[in-house]
Amino acid sequence: MPPAVKTTQAHAGQQPATEAVQEPSVAEDDPSSAPNSAAPNTATPNYADYAVVAARHPWRWVGTVIVVALAAAVLYSLVSNPRWEWGVVAQWFTAESILRGLGQTLKLTVISGSLGFLLGFILALMRLSSSPLFSSVSWTFSWIFRSTPLLVQLLLWYNLGYLYETIRLGVPFTSITFAEFQTTSLISQFAAAVLGLTLNQAAYSAEIIRGGILSVDQGQIEAATALGIPRWRRSTRIVLPQAMRAILPTAFNEIIGLVKGTSIVYVLAYSELFYTVQVIYNRTQQVLPMLLVATIWYIVITSVLSIAQYYIERHYSRGALRTLPPTPLQKLRSFISTHAPIRSTASSTASNTAPKGQS
Amino acid sequence: MSLAMNEVTTRGAIAVRSVDKSYGTTQVLHEVDLDVAAGEVLVVIGPSGSGKSTLLRTINHLEKVDRGTISLDGELIGYKVRNGKLHERRESEILAQRTDVGMVFQNFNLFGHLTALQNIIEAPIHAKGVAKATAVARAKQLLARVGLADKADAYPRQLSGGQQQRVAIARALALDPKVVLFDEPTSALDPELVTEVLEVIKDLAKSGTTLIIVTHEIGFARDVADRIVFMDGGRVVEEGTPAEILGNPRNERTKSFLSKVIEPAFNI
Ligand SMILES: Nc1ncnc2c1ncn2[C@@H]1O[C@H](COP(=O)(O)OP(=O)(O)OP(=O)(O)O)[C@@H](O)[C@H]1O
Ligand SMILES: [Mg+2]
Repeated sequence: MPPAVKTTQAHAGQQPATEAVQEPSVAEDDPSSAPNSAAPNTATPNYADYAVVAARHPWRWVGTVIVVALAAAVLYSLVSNPRWEWGVVAQWFTAESILRGLGQTLKLTVISGSLGFLLGFILALMRLSSSPLFSSVSWTFSWIFRSTPLLVQLLLWYNLGYLYETIRLGVPFTSITFAEFQTTSLISQFAAAVLGLTLNQAAYSAEIIRGGILSVDQGQIEAATALGIPRWRRSTRIVLPQAMRAILPTAFNEIIGLVKGTSIVYVLAYSELFYTVQVIYNRTQQVLPMLLVATIWYIVITSVLSIAQYYIERHYSRGALRTLPPTPLQKLRSFISTHAPIRSTASSTASNTAPKGQS
Repeated sequence: MSLAMNEVTTRGAIAVRSVDKSYGTTQVLHEVDLDVAAGEVLVVIGPSGSGKSTLLRTINHLEKVDRGTISLDGELIGYKVRNGKLHERRESEILAQRTDVGMVFQNFNLFGHLTALQNIIEAPIHAKGVAKATAVARAKQLLARVGLADKADAYPRQLSGGQQQRVAIARALALDPKVVLFDEPTSALDPELVTEVLEVIKDLAKSGTTLIIVTHEIGFARDVADRIVFMDGGRVVEEGTPAEILGNPRNERTKSFLSKVIEPAFNI
């Protein structure tokens, strides 16, 4: 190898001028194959004072024009078609009853989301434990709750009073009783909704969390064990934070699903957002604008969650990436401050996503 | 960055007594007997698959032995003697015993989501109950000792392999262990990074902590070891001073292993 290097250097030193003239002409003829065809007979001329011409992407521009045209058409029809009744939407959007329904939707999401994921975490640990009892209990739980429709679960919980009139706290198979409740008074619409959503969510999140835990290198657990760190701390401080990177994208999918999934509890006549909207349009007959009100609120919640997801994922990628990429805000700020319209990163990412995006 | 301190102690004597260990049907350790005196530096060499890692892991009770006992300063690892029977210790007692035995791994196994400092203080605080301020002060001291005072806030992925391994050594030392086990601490390192890690271990060897080092670095073994043990096929085949084992091996298997490991070094 060393002799080869020497000759090319000598060659380059002798004929810098001819090399410099030939190279660009090859590149102009056939831009796509230029690097390959030029490579074999390349000496190493000095390119230091050549101007750089950015690669052109004509199809990207075609794509951008088509997408913008489509988006404009959709927007125009939304604004110009009077049957969307935007006036009605605006009138009801922040009405007190709607906001109350929205509050209930958020309450259900937060409570069953956090209880569901907590229970899911415990179920995932049980499933991964070396105890066959724990792991089969966890497996059975997921099996049952994932194989029955949520609708059926909700109705079952709500009608529990029909199956068991009283719920008794005591020692099983004896007459010792600490407390006894009427089932119907214990299981309100709210309790049935939370129970159904939580248990269902737990079954799904257990699998998501288990997958995340399995993605963490075994050596991490081994090192923590060798250091004498207690089991629970090992799970919560060493394994879980590293599992988060694998868990979060799917978990946010689940939570966004749960926000809209709460609308299913309208079957219990529980006045969350969707049920409230139904009650109103049954009275006013303004079906489409009222559905639009609910839809826009769901979009708002999902957008907020998506932004939260971005920053939470960023938080948990500390240490996993050598350097964190700038946030959109930081990008925007540096874009404005440098004020260079052809920042390569900004323009390329924008036009990359444009044709694929779901605008 | 001298680790040699005037803390020469007499703690950290290990006694391994006829230990057997199998994985399924393959027996990995056969009747292993080994004594390591307090403050001694023992180097374990042997071909791949000879059970070196497994032996270290049983000393830290990361693996249970099938038969035999291992004790540290006369206290059985993992078991308690009561009424002439061996009772398995409770999890919390085993954890406490592990804090007496530091372990340094081939792949460092630093916690990737924690900074160098957080890696070091985690176990003292949560395994030993040391106050946070004390643990942080001690961690900074240890980082300075391994020559990384300025890397306290770096994440493992922002450090070179040699630097990561030195943080891992500091992490093991933070528990004030009686014994530190090294499992091929330089095997995953580029050649130019090996020296910086070996220097740290050499300085540690002078401090009076008992060290058991599995390594393929024969030159380093000659420098640092008080005694060398050669293992093959799950048995301790030969043991002696570096001069005896490396200069004048008696066992055929030791000879053939050393000829493979040492000869290439002479050719360079
Ligand atoms: N968890 C396990 N299950 C089954 N077999 C195992 C397990 N761990 C190790 N072994 C086997 O035990 C034997 C000894 O392994 P060990 O890791 O102790 O060897 P070693 O001397 O450390 O080798 P190396 O120098 O390659 O690290 C090997 O044959 C290996 O395949
Ligand atoms: Mg090994």
